[in-house]
Amino acid sequence: MRANPAEYELVAPGTLSAVLTLLAEEPGGWLPIAGGTDVMVQYAAGKLAARRLVSIWNLEELRQIEVSGDEVRIGAGCTYTDLREHAVVSREFSLLASTARWTGGIANQNRGTLGGNIVNASPAADSLPALLAYDADLLLVSARGERRLPYGTFHLDYRKTLLSPDELIRAICLKRRFSGYYAHARKVGARTAQAISKVCLAALGKIASGVMADVRLAVGSVAPVPLRLSATERRVNGKRIDGALLKSAKEWASTEIRPIDDIRSTAEYRAAVTGNLVAEFLERLAETEAAR
Amino acid sequence: MRDSEHQHGKRDISFQVNGRSVTVHAHAMERLLDVLRHELGLTGTKEGCGEGECGSCSVLLDGVLVNSCLVPVMQAQGSEVRTIESLSASGRLHALQQAFLECGGAQCGICTPGMILAACQLLDKNPRPNIDEIREWLSGNLCRCTGYTQILEAVEEAARRGATG
Amino acid sequence: MTAGRIVGTSVPRMEGRDKVTGKSRYVDDMELPGMLYGATVRSRVARGRIKKIHFGGEIDWHEFVVVSAKDIPGKNCIALIEDDQPCLADGVVNHPEEAVLLIAHANRHALPKAVEAVAIEYQELPAIFSIEESESAAEIICGRDNIFKSYLIEKGQVDSVWERADFIVEGEYRTGAQEQLYIENNGMIAEFDGQRGLTVWGSLQCPFYVHKALVKLSGLDAERVRVVQMETGGAFGGKEEYPSMIAGHAALLAMKSGKPVKMIYDRMEDMTATTKRHPSRTRHRTAVTKEGKILGGEIDFTIDGGAYATLSSVVLSRGTIHAGGAYYWPNVRIRAKAVATNAPPHGAFRGFGAPQSLFALERQMERIAQVVGLAPEEVRRRNLLRAGQDTTTGQVVREKIDLEKLLERALELSEYRAKKARFARTNRGSKRKKGIGLASFLHGAGFTGSGERYLSSVVAAEARGDGKVRVLVSSAEFGQGTNTILCQVAAEALGVRYEDVEIAQPDTQEVPNSGPTVASRTAMIVGQLVTAAAQGVKRTLVRNGSLGEHYTADEFREACRRYVAEHGVFRSLARYEPPGNVVWDDKTYRGSAYAAFAWAVYVAEVTVDLTTYSVTVDDFVAVQEVGKVLHPVLAKGQITGGVAQAIGFALYEKVIWEKGRMQNGQMTNYIMPTSSDLPPIRVYFEELGNEHGAFGAKGIGELPMDGPAPAVVNAIENALGMPFDSIPLLPEDIFRALAEHENEVTAAGSSRGK
Repeated sequence: MRANPAEYELVAPGTLSAVLTLLAEEPGGWLPIAGGTDVMVQYAAGKLAARRLVSIWNLEELRQIEVSGDEVRIGAGCTYTDLREHAVVSREFSLLASTARWTGGIANQNRGTLGGNIVNASPAADSLPALLAYDADLLLVSARGERRLPYGTFHLDYRKTLLSPDELIRAICLKRRFSGYYAHARKVGARTAQAISKVCLAALGKIASGVMADVRLAVGSVAPVPLRLSATERRVNGKRIDGALLKSAKEWASTEIRPIDDIRSTAEYRAAVTGNLVAEFLERLAETEAAR
Repeated sequence: MRDSEHQHGKRDISFQVNGRSVTVHAHAMERLLDVLRHELGLTGTKEGCGEGECGSCSVLLDGVLVNSCLVPVMQAQGSEVRTIESLSASGRLHALQQAFLECGGAQCGICTPGMILAACQLLDKNPRPNIDEIREWLSGNLCRCTGYTQILEAVEEAARRGATG
Repeated sequence: MTAGRIVGTSVPRMEGRDKVTGKSRYVDDMELPGMLYGATVRSRVARGRIKKIHFGGEIDWHEFVVVSAKDIPGKNCIALIEDDQPCLADGVVNHPEEAVLLIAHANRHALPKAVEAVAIEYQELPAIFSIEESESAAEIICGRDNIFKSYLIEKGQVDSVWERADFIVEGEYRTGAQEQLYIENNGMIAEFDGQRGLTVWGSLQCPFYVHKALVKLSGLDAERVRVVQMETGGAFGGKEEYPSMIAGHAALLAMKSGKPVKMIYDRMEDMTATTKRHPSRTRHRTAVTKEGKILGGEIDFTIDGGAYATLSSVVLSRGTIHAGGAYYWPNVRIRAKAVATNAPPHGAFRGFGAPQSLFALERQMERIAQVVGLAPEEVRRRNLLRAGQDTTTGQVVREKIDLEKLLERALELSEYRAKKARFARTNRGSKRKKGIGLASFLHGAGFTGSGERYLSSVVAAEARGDGKVRVLVSSAEFGQGTNTILCQVAAEALGVRYEDVEIAQPDTQEVPNSGPTVASRTAMIVGQLVTAAAQGVKRTLVRNGSLGEHYTADEFREACRRYVAEHGVFRSLARYEPPGNVVWDDKTYRGSAYAAFAWAVYVAEVTVDLTTYSVTVDDFVAVQEVGKVLHPVLAKGQITGGVAQAIGFALYEKVIWEKGRMQNGQMTNYIMPTSSDLPPIRVYFEELGNEHGAFGAKGIGELPMDGPAPAVVNAIENALGMPFDSIPLLPEDIFRALAEHENEVTAAGSSRGK
């Protein structure tokens, strides 16, 4: 433990509006901490730059999951366990439920929050590609008001986001229109459980009139930000899934990403595996379709 | 509004530990793990990695398993904390502890408190887990001695005997 | 003496109740009044001369105790085999993370900042980081040739085999460093006062190793140094020699400050600064007949010792002696050396050289099988040692071991042949290739050669006032079950209940030196001494007339109680006597290297996923002959735990080095298997007894580390049809190999097309 607790301040105003007031008074002066599964690791390593933190753990306003006719709003303070245990999320947004299961062990799933993971903006975060595949919107909130923006625009660069210094994520909004899609997520880590991903894929797609319609391929750990493989999607849409397409899709996917060599893996491995995961998804989708 | 002091004060933080009300005088960012071990003398909870990877520091916070090395004590305010010491407070061993003893689930013992609490929460949620469910549930608690075989056997045995969390 | 009442049954672990209730006291659970906390300032360069040390002005250094090499009262070294390793660097550093200064403060939170505030300026010197760099001698960092130690084993006439050979098979095999990764980090508490002297409490395997080192470091008399082992959260060799270093550090701070000092490493410090398994490179050249029989061979075995000698000579010894494995070599030449590099010294880790040389051998056997055109199990069958044949060192196998039968049993239990045939069919066109592979091997129990004679271990059994008998040994419990099995053998030998025996906490002031808790020697060597000492207690009571030849447990308790009431507490001692039929020549490195070997055949079944190139072990069968299973549950636990660590060695655990410093010193980035990564490990024992060990027991602690890695890699080769000769074998390595193979095939195809 390489930090001195005496040098840190942590306040817990207890309500969303009180937190927002604090953030507005001193934008950038207080680091929000939810479950702490990222912040506390940095802190214990002596690498947390911030000295004043404000707790947003278990704020009622942030820990609801609201289901309406066409949308599910997941409070940013919901934990991965909350996501796994929610019936509608499990049924209609299986990519999110699956990836929640892979985000660390049970103890970390009980504390890690979706909002915290988004703001921490690690390119390796497992559930962020799922949000991209679902075209999630984010509800951001501050003392100045609320704004809604497409999640796809949120990540600007490596650990740089659109979040203003006085803002929090309030909710993640998912449109309930994916029940008819085939969903497939896969994470590749150094071991089966409790591993930071080397590559992860969250994919959706459906076949209409024998060809791919509206494929969504989102990947993590292969670029500075979680990525939608839009170019590959465009080339795959409208095509019949056959051996030639699988081969091409592999090529397109592995060249659309920008993987690096790092302590966990190599760029060439990540590129190859990304291509393999995409091909695997397409193959499974085709098999499921054929089985109908 | 606070100004950036070099050192911040301790404060009183109250919560329940193993059914008892406690108030500690600590810095808000003191780790719950350290408060349990040093302020409250509950040394059954261990530090193995300080990064939330090994699970040796696992405790039950409001009924759910958490890594106490990642919880600032301030966030435990008003909560219920259960540590390994709570399982045999009556003097009798919990069925999981008994099963661990009989099946070889504990070798060096350092991962054992966290492992047993994790298994506790599992049986609380699912009294008849299958082997794959047990294996997945415990994957956040690392053991270097056993290779897990006898830990899984112990949890299965405890479940067979009707243990719950 | 026959066992059966207690020995051979799974009695409750002696300290088990405390472990499952969280009551066990590990060193960090202990606090002393007025205690300070200590920390270490370490080198950031691999090799250099210290030019200047600057203490940053932002810290009030008056609040801190600071210790440097100048403060060492005795000799600045960590005494072990050589005295070459300094306790604190004095003017020169030879590896990253080498300890330079020690600091202490009452508030442990004040330490990290203070450590960071010490700036050390170095004149850097050229450093070397690999076996090849060390061999090239372009830079000499140790002695005249960078070699800590070398051995030569010769048997028969190896130079004559080549012309007779039908095939000559060559291969080069490598293993990487591996971190022991006990879940409890290294820790010590030291206290010094002028009267009582120096006491340390800590996480450790060898109380008397620490004692010897502290005596030399402190300059105090042996009686004024006391070492106490606390409950230890895993060790695996990682706490064999290193604790002497951290104990020395805590002691120096305690001596300078006059206050008790606690030093507990965090995970990153423990991983980056303490010992790891020696990396190795083995070259095989084997002459075989077309029937697959080994005519002879040359083996070149080299290990990387890091910056100081520490235990490298002994690791080398064991690796060298095991290099020929469980096979008959009519002729062999084994050249072995341990070389120096500028990394933190490598050290003891379960297996101690044998996992390295046996990995190479079991991969070489696979290669031989391919070249000759035989099944891997058949090549082994034709070469396995038979009773009456001799090993590479000329040790005649006197045990009635039938390795062919052991092999057959492992093949049956794992359904090896059926699965192999099935996988060959189902693998075609599949993206998930399955494979099955085996390894046959052995592990010598006890110290090599004359080592046990040199140790001259002593054990005591003490009759107590309540009628119980207390076992007194320096053997440390760290999960393997030492406390339990030693009490079992004592109870069995005395004819009393398991509950009537207890065991003392290892405290150098209380217990005799029964040797270090290493080398798979505890059950066999120490256990045998415990039975002798226990029998000594019985003999005293019988001779005294308090006890008849036949008695009940209650009668024993009563007799013991009365005797002690009358005559006082008494101890019966037993000292190791080397068996007459185990003769070893240290100079020629020939003879009986070990009093006994445990024998094993392991089979691994794997799936290689060609989408991710990851390997999962789906099934693992471990069959071994161990003399006598003293405690079925504990024995099984030793095997499953060792297999798991060895699977980690093969597939997951990679130390990423940069200029001699481990870059991935966190549990997030140094990957050990979780429960989701391992199958149930299936364990089977055979018991043929043994004349030397307690109730016929042989050592089993390290055996399970030797076989799994090659069994797994053999299985992967079976799945993919491609050889892999280096571990850890990561998905990235498999991907690279497959990609290169594909390129070669494509290139060959296209050049053929021309």
